[in-house]
Amino acid sequence: MAESKQLDLHSLPGPETIRREVLPNGIVFLGRENFSSPSVVLSGYLWVGALQEKPNQAGLAAMTAASLMRGTQERTFEQIYESIESIGARLSFSAGKHSTSFSGKALAEDLGTLLDLLLEVLRQPAFPKRQVDRLRAEMLTSLAIRDQETGARADLAFNGLIYPGHPYSVPTDGYKETVTNLTVADLRAFHRAHYRPGGMVISVVGGVKGEEAADAVAKRFANWKANGRAVQLELPGIEKLKGLHRDHISLEGKSQTDVVMGVPGPPRSDPDYLAAALANNILGRFGMYGRIGDVVREEAGLAYYAYSSLVGGHGPGPWQIVAGVNPKNLDRAIELIRKEMRKMSTRSPSQTELEDNQANFIGRLPLQLESNEGVAGAIVNAERHALGLDYYQRYPGLVRSFSAKDILRVARRFLDPDNMAIASAGSNGRPQ
Amino acid sequence: MSESMLRTRLRNGLEVRLKEIHTAPLISTWVWYRVGARNEQPGTTGVSHWVEHMQFKGTPTYPAGTLDRAISRDGGFWNAFTWVDWTAYFETMPADRADLGLQIEADRMANSLFESKEVESERTVIISERQGAENDPSFRLSEELHAVAFRIHPYHHTVLGDMTDLESITRDDLYNHYRTYYVPSNAVLAVAGNFKTGPMLERIRELFGAIPKVPRPVHTPRPEPVQPGERWVEVEGPGETAYLELAYRAPRAGDEDLITMAVLDSALSGATNLGFFGGDISNKTSRLYRRLVEGELAASVSGNLTASIDPYLYSISVTVRPDSTAEAALEACDEEIAKLLNDKVREQEVAKAIKQARALFAFGTESITNQAFWLGYSEMFAGQEWFETYLDRLAQVTPESILEVARKRLVPSNRTVGVYRPNGRI
Repeated sequence: MAESKQLDLHSLPGPETIRREVLPNGIVFLGRENFSSPSVVLSGYLWVGALQEKPNQAGLAAMTAASLMRGTQERTFEQIYESIESIGARLSFSAGKHSTSFSGKALAEDLGTLLDLLLEVLRQPAFPKRQVDRLRAEMLTSLAIRDQETGARADLAFNGLIYPGHPYSVPTDGYKETVTNLTVADLRAFHRAHYRPGGMVISVVGGVKGEEAADAVAKRFANWKANGRAVQLELPGIEKLKGLHRDHISLEGKSQTDVVMGVPGPPRSDPDYLAAALANNILGRFGMYGRIGDVVREEAGLAYYAYSSLVGGHGPGPWQIVAGVNPKNLDRAIELIRKEMRKMSTRSPSQTELEDNQANFIGRLPLQLESNEGVAGAIVNAERHALGLDYYQRYPGLVRSFSAKDILRVARRFLDPDNMAIASAGSNGRPQ
Repeated sequence: MSESMLRTRLRNGLEVRLKEIHTAPLISTWVWYRVGARNEQPGTTGVSHWVEHMQFKGTPTYPAGTLDRAISRDGGFWNAFTWVDWTAYFETMPADRADLGLQIEADRMANSLFESKEVESERTVIISERQGAENDPSFRLSEELHAVAFRIHPYHHTVLGDMTDLESITRDDLYNHYRTYYVPSNAVLAVAGNFKTGPMLERIRELFGAIPKVPRPVHTPRPEPVQPGERWVEVEGPGETAYLELAYRAPRAGDEDLITMAVLDSALSGATNLGFFGGDISNKTSRLYRRLVEGELAASVSGNLTASIDPYLYSISVTVRPDSTAEAALEACDEEIAKLLNDKVREQEVAKAIKQARALFAFGTESITNQAFWLGYSEMFAGQEWFETYLDRLAQVTPESILEVARKRLVPSNRTVGVYRPNGRI
């Protein structure tokens, strides 16, 4: 019935189909053609993020990124958005800890308009006071909403427990007190000091010829020069957790309590990252939320969602389990999850379970890489973590190389149900 | 890119839509049932959504839990959705594994077990899903607003159902609902992807053709009477943020006014996608954004227009800034809407809305999953032609037709106003 018999490695993005060029100013261009699509996706990042904020400036990187499209030396806020909304395109920026990402999409014929705008807002933002004041008010509204969200509050509390005194404990969108005090001068200074072309990545994926896309990027961006290079900051170290660290945020009038549990996980550069990702899949993702889903949702019926996630970024991002439960079931859910963590870190998975998860990791590649967004995300990720242009072609072999013992070793290295953090937010909960 | 389309109906009444797309080694299989909150009665609200959950709880061939593993092992992705008019299930699989999706859908169209133990275990999951939604003030406001906007039509309750019903619905309620509505004559099977139509149709006949033919269930909800005047509802709850929602009675999908409303909505609150999968664009040049957000009354504003079987709601949702009030935001909305009732929108705004719709349409139909989605989705409220002619009909909208529709639809007597008032508790 179906035409494809097995995964064709050469259909995956690789050196034959990804165009990579480095401009003299250090900007990396990545392109992949897809003429079955009428659209084009533009995405990438610069090495500027919340790590560069001073302690009393939490939210500055996010506010700077969000201000870029609010007016430039050339155009007003209205003119900028008219230029893209009138052609059905979009472009947005968001700041993380280490970098600021951008993401845009347009009909393929409008790539030039998107690139013109990207360059203009990165190089010549005006930070108009009226617009910045308005943006600040919008951010403060979002923070007031965040204050009421059980998931967001549990997550903040969890980060406070696993990253004490570390920049990862500070939310990228800041706090009411810090955002209130951020000024136009702060944004200008932050932009001047940290927005640099060096190391910036621009990917173009979709219905545009690779050579044309590369030329379009080079023509616009090659002349961007700035004093000094973008720097990647060293992160302070993190102490391994000792004992159970527990926090509960009381929020009245909430029907459901959210709980976040876990530990700092491996960074993407850790040799154990991929094995940990497989372990995470077994623990809380495979099928309907993995082993945790089986126990907490399917067997006990305690939660609509209960799953695990592993961030694996530049630093030791969290390896965490989240669940939303009725307040009266909170303690029971926590104990069930800890039991699964203990099992994961003391017993090897069966060969069948391991092979199922390996097959899942490999088999889902065509689906993940079907869309322009999926391909752009994948090749930008490979560049970000220096995985190589052939990474997705090597990936099936890498995934298959792990044994059940490897999974146990990695789970034991990170997951410890007796030395971890547990944070919850909602009504009627009690800190232990 | 070669594509071919087939529309046919099996002898048992199952509508089949097949579209060959050879751009990626994937096949997406969707089954759509004409059942949702619209088919429910007081006492068993939420039953359609709960049946959807039970469809993942096993058949004699695929006991509970085995389905998830089987799909995941093959690198597939599956999910299901329940809405007021329909319930849909899909599997997007590597092409050489897609038969599993067809087998599962054929099997659970007729053979789901609904074991009492699984029903009870799922009751708490369903309640948990509702409690999670209740944590969100905008859900609480929207639920109350629908209850006021629809006095007798079943659109008045949410897809999640009322808590009291979730506590009392029985296994038999669920099973009877399943047996009534999950029949071939009430379903559409849509498959898109990397296959040959002939062998695919043969396989579908083999798997689905044996399911017995029964007449399509007839369900005609009582029509909502004409609204005699503006309605108002207030919800109080924790937090510091006020929300405003304006909901106007909207045309049903089969009414040509819906297309005109889509262009009107683009000008008023930003480009709409009528339930599209995949993609949106910002709305910062829309009239309401400029008035409310640029006017420093709101942090955000959005509009929502949906294709539905019966007349549903066109809603405008506003997140009010802490230094403003819902009343001030409402006054500004009213002034902007009054402009639409008094003056024609500019040709330029109409042209922009059409270009935006073309882009959203292109973005929303790029992936194989989305192509299969559209094959079935449009059948739920109209037909394939509705989808195929959508952009052409949109291009015929004029400033004059927008003025006419605005004057008919956007009047206070045709709306319900909802306000969420924070009580300041944190």
